[in-house]
Amino acid sequence: MRLGRPVLWVFCGLVGFWLVAPALIVLPLSFTGQASLVFPPRSWSLRWYANFFGDPAWIGAFWTSIQVAVLVTVVSTVIGTAAAIGLTQGRGRAVVAANALILSPMIVPGIVFAIGSYATFLALRMVGSLGGFVMAHTVLALPFVVIPVAARLRGFDRRLELASASLGAGRWATFRQVTLPLVAPGVLAGALFAFVTSFDEVVVSLFIQSPYLQTLPVKMYSSVSRDTDPTIAAAASMIIVLTTVLVLVASYVTVRRSRAR
Amino acid sequence: MAVLDELTSAGGAGRGGAVAVAEPGTAADRRRTRPGLLVAPALILLLAFFVYPVLTMVWRSLTDPTPGLGNFVWFFTEPANLRVLARTFTTSLWVTVIALLLSYPYAYAMTAVGRRGKAVLTLLVLVPFWTSLMVRTFAWQVLLQDTGVVNRVLGSVGLGPLALIRTETGVIIGMTQVLMPFLVLPLYAVMSGIDLRLVRAARSLGARPLIAFTRVYLPLSMPGVVAGTLMVFILSLGFYITPALLGSPTDALISQQIFTQVSGLLRWGRGGAMGVVLLVATLVLVGLVALALRRTTPGQRAGGAP
Repeated sequence: MRLGRPVLWVFCGLVGFWLVAPALIVLPLSFTGQASLVFPPRSWSLRWYANFFGDPAWIGAFWTSIQVAVLVTVVSTVIGTAAAIGLTQGRGRAVVAANALILSPMIVPGIVFAIGSYATFLALRMVGSLGGFVMAHTVLALPFVVIPVAARLRGFDRRLELASASLGAGRWATFRQVTLPLVAPGVLAGALFAFVTSFDEVVVSLFIQSPYLQTLPVKMYSSVSRDTDPTIAAAASMIIVLTTVLVLVASYVTVRRSRAR
Repeated sequence: MAVLDELTSAGGAGRGGAVAVAEPGTAADRRRTRPGLLVAPALILLLAFFVYPVLTMVWRSLTDPTPGLGNFVWFFTEPANLRVLARTFTTSLWVTVIALLLSYPYAYAMTAVGRRGKAVLTLLVLVPFWTSLMVRTFAWQVLLQDTGVVNRVLGSVGLGPLALIRTETGVIIGMTQVLMPFLVLPLYAVMSGIDLRLVRAARSLGARPLIAFTRVYLPLSMPGVVAGTLMVFILSLGFYITPALLGSPTDALISQQIFTQVSGLLRWGRGGAMGVVLLVATLVLVGLVALALRRTTPGQRAGGAP
C-alpha cells in the first residue's frame, strides 16, 4: 500500500490528462493563424471567429441549437418533473413499466432511434423543422430530468407534505411551498442535463436536419468530414465555453442553496 | 459538480428515503389521487416520438421491399455483415476492458484521497462528460492525424509515425476517452459506500493485501463494475459519431452500416434489420445485467453497506 500511493497518483495524473487533453487543445487551436488544423499553432489570429460570426451557415446553426436546447429544457423539465412526482407517488406494475419506458431512450442505441425518427418525420413532413428537433431531443432528455428529480423525491421526508396538508395548505400550495423547494436541486440538475443533451445531440439530428435547418453539432459534423477549416475549432470552443459557464452557474446556485439551508 | 452528484447519487438516494413511504389508507392516499395524470404527458410524448419511430423501424425491416424475413436472411447469410457484427462486438469489448482497467483505480483514488484531491479528480472526469461528443471527436481527429501531436511525440522517442486515424486503434482510443466517465461515476458511487473497515478487518485477520482486495473489496465493488461496464458496452455497440469520424469505412461498425443503408442507399428494410439486430443485442445485454445485479445486490447488503 505504501509504495502503491505514488504509483496511484501518477496513474491518475496520466488518466486525468488523457481525459481533459482533447478539450484543452481545441481552445488554442481556434486562435490559430494558419489555415490548417496543426497543433500547436505557430501564429495567432481571430479570423476563425470572424468567420464563424460572419458566416450565416455557422451562426444560423448556432442559433438553431440554442433555440432547440432552450425549448427542450423547458418542455422536458416540466414534463419530466411531473412524471417523476407521479412515478414516486404510484405503486405497482404500471409504475415499473412507465419507469422503464421513460428510461428506455438511454438504452436504445442512438442510431436505431435516429432511423426510426427519420422514417416517422418523413411521413409527418417534420424533417428539418424546429418542432421535430424539439420533440426528438425532448425524448432523449427526459430520463436525465426524471432520474435526479425522482432521486430527490425519494430522499426527502414525505411527511413534510402531509404536515403541510394537515395545516390546511391546498395541493398546489403544498407543491409550491414544500415539495418544489426541496426537490429544486434535482430539477435544476435535470434542466441542465436536458439543455446539454439537446445541445450536444448529433446522431438523430443528422437524420432529421435539412439544409435549411441544422444544429451546430450537425454543421460541425458535415464540416469535419469535408474540410479542415479551423472555423470548426472556433465553433467547438464556443460550445465548450457555453457548457462550462452553464455548469459553473448551476453548481454555484446549487452550492449557495444548500449553504442557505 | 454539485449538479452531477444529483445524477450519480441517484442510485443511493433511495436508501434513506424508505422511511418516508406513507402507510396505505392514510390521508396521504386521498391527496395522491391520480399520479397517472402527472406521468401521462411524458408517456404520450414517448409513445408518439420514441416507441412509434422504433416500431416503424422494426416494421420496415419486415416489410421493405417485400413482406417477410428477407432482410434478416440477407443479414445473417452475407459474410460481410457477420464480420461487421463481430467487429462491433470486439471493438466494444476492447473499449470496455480498457475503460475498466483505467477507471477502477481512478475511481478508487477518488474515494481514497482528501477533499481537495477528490474535487480535482472529479473535475477531470466531468470535463469530458460536459464536453460535447462532437467537440471531443473533432479534437481526437486533430490529435491522431498522421502529422498530429501524438505521432510527433511517438516519433521523437523513435516509435515512428503510426497509423492511428482511420484505424481501429484510433477508434478505440477515442471511444474509450469518450465513454470512460460512464464507468468512473457508477464505480465511484458504489466504492464510496464501501466500509473500508471491512478491508482492515480482513488484513488484521491475516489476509495479505491482494487477498483482502480480491475477497473483500472487489466483490463489494461488483455492482458498480457490472453497471458501469454494461453501460459502456451498450453505448459502444451503438456508437456512431466517433467511429464514423476516426475509423475507416472499410472497418465500419454496425451503426455506420445502418447509416449507409438508410441514408446512402435508401435500403430501409436492410438498415432496419440491422437496427433490430443491434436493438435485440442491446436488450439481451440489459436483461442479463439486470439479473446479475439482482444477484450481487443482496451480497452487498450482507457485506454491511450502511
